Amino acid sequence: MPKITFIENDGTEHVVEAEVGLSVMEAAVRNMVPGIDADCGGACACATCHVYVDEAWRDKTGKPEAMEESMLDFAYEPKENSRLSCQITVSEALDGLVVRLPEFQG
Amino acid sequence: MTERIVIIGAGQAGAQAAASLRQEGFAGAVALIGAEAHPPYQRPPLSKAYLQGALARDRLWLRPAAFYEKENIALRLGARVARIDRAARRVALDTGEALAYDRLLIATGAPPRRLACPGADLAGVAYLRGIDDSDALRPLLAGARRLVVVGAGYIGLEVAAVARKAGLAVTAVEAAERALKRVAGPPVSAWFEALHRAHGVELRFGETVAAFEGRGRVEAAVLASGEAIACDAVLVAIGAAPETGLAAAAGLPVDDGIVVDETARTEDPAVWAAGDCANFPSPLYGRRMRLESVPNAIEQAKAAAANMAGRRTVYDAVPWFWSDQYDAKLQTAGIGAGADEIVERGAPGAKARAAWYLREGRLIAVDALNDIPAFAVGKRLIAAKARPSPKTLADPDADLKSLLT
Ligand SMILES: Cc1cc2nc3c(=O)[nH]c(=O)nc-3n(C[C@H](O)[C@H](O)[C@H](O)COP(=O)(O)OP(=O)(O)OC[C@H]3O[C@@H](n4cnc5c(N)ncnc54)[C@H](O)[C@@H]3O)c2cc1C
Ligand code: FES
Repeated sequence: MPKITFIENDGTEHVVEAEVGLSVMEAAVRNMVPGIDADCGGACACATCHVYVDEAWRDKTGKPEAMEESMLDFAYEPKENSRLSCQITVSEALDGLVVRLPEFQG
Repeated sequence: MTERIVIIGAGQAGAQAAASLRQEGFAGAVALIGAEAHPPYQRPPLSKAYLQGALARDRLWLRPAAFYEKENIALRLGARVARIDRAARRVALDTGEALAYDRLLIATGAPPRRLACPGADLAGVAYLRGIDDSDALRPLLAGARRLVVVGAGYIGLEVAAVARKAGLAVTAVEAAERALKRVAGPPVSAWFEALHRAHGVELRFGETVAAFEGRGRVEAAVLASGEAIACDAVLVAIGAAPETGLAAAAGLPVDDGIVVDETARTEDPAVWAAGDCANFPSPLYGRRMRLESVPNAIEQAKAAAANMAGRRTVYDAVPWFWSDQYDAKLQTAGIGAGADEIVERGAPGAKARAAWYLREGRLIAVDALNDIPAFAVGKRLIAAKARPSPKTLADPDADLKSLLT
């Protein structure tokens, strides 16, 4: 299974094994990574699953679609590399993915 | 002695409260008791992706099993609380077992209202609240050709959308004169009526179902007017009623939900209630309300947990909600009831639309269809009790963000 590293705002790292086909958000929730609330359960409606994708991985995770981009616009401290983790699907190509968590969600 | 907290109802609110109690640093015993056999799960996909068969069941779980172990939360599934004994601070399970508590949270939700008309118990007449209902509805739809949906609220419309996508003929019968009347203004009803008609759903307003007919299985829905609509499946989605039986039997005040204060506490200082079953005072709106939504369940449960753990917290979040139908995404912030003006943004027929609800100039709600900026900006303006210019709100080219400064 692909490995994903979540880095909390305080630097704490969580390396988890993620099932292919799930979203990166689900990989975090299933592995009890704190800091991803995912209130809407992946409906792209709440923006509480916001992550910053490590520069090296931005090509592989791709660009947000219009709805997601619009949601990110109103997330807490959006940056160029912001994504909603419920909209990124885990694949073998993402083995080694590194994402950072914002200080707050919402 | 260890303090004991018992939570009745392992749904969205109950599970959140258990998790939040630990986040608040509560170190005593936490028991989370759920009548259903399933671990705490999310209901929204039950009328959307899960019903369509596009989501595996284990993707509904709110948290992994390991979470409850790690946080030392005693999850009791398939166990129903039969009685609350407030004098002895004890709940009795239907197994006869008793559990003592120091503080109690009631998070029992709101099961669907039932139709009592003749034929309502025929095979093929379904309701939708839990996983088991969705699991039963999916094969029912797969084997059916004509579905009648009773009630044009969110759940009814979402199921209508799933059924149309699966190729069924769908008729929705609604007693009111428009769809979504209980939760949305006339313009929003019109958007959804147009959306469903464009997808081939037949909408019948101002009609009620008087009976279902069929030999063993439903074959027709008979309207009060006498007209019979042939069908081989029926979904009854006429709203939900708060599960208040336990609270009422224990002598707690109940009035469209278990009556709580702004800290989610009932009249009994040892008992709280949160989620679909709770009727609470909203500081933002200056009146009591009861909501049925995931964000309300989550935020009110967080507030209840904080108060139960000894940190006084007032529940005053801006309510919000979403619904997905076909390719349309609706996001709602605030409560539009009581609006004296509704301003529309977006040209008729445009993909992105919004309806702004104002009361004496103050923004109290927004319904945003495929219009995330309207939702996000609206939510903030509502929290700030802002009085945005209706002209800017109506202008689809306006930069809504400018309203936030
Ligand atoms: C099909 C469907 C689609 C929905 N879609 C959306 C949506 O898109 N967006 C949104 O925001 N909201 C949606 N909702 C609403 C949302 O799911 C609810 O508001 C939310 O689940 C409420 O949480 P709760 O904890 O109050 O109640 P629930 O999640 O219903 O949990 C209550 C639990 O308590 C248990 N219980 C009751 N009595 C007892 C007892 N005596 N002993 C033990 N256990 C008991 C019940 O079995 C139940 O499991 C939807 C609901 C449904 C049914
Ligand atoms: S979980 Fe709500 S937007 Fe990702």
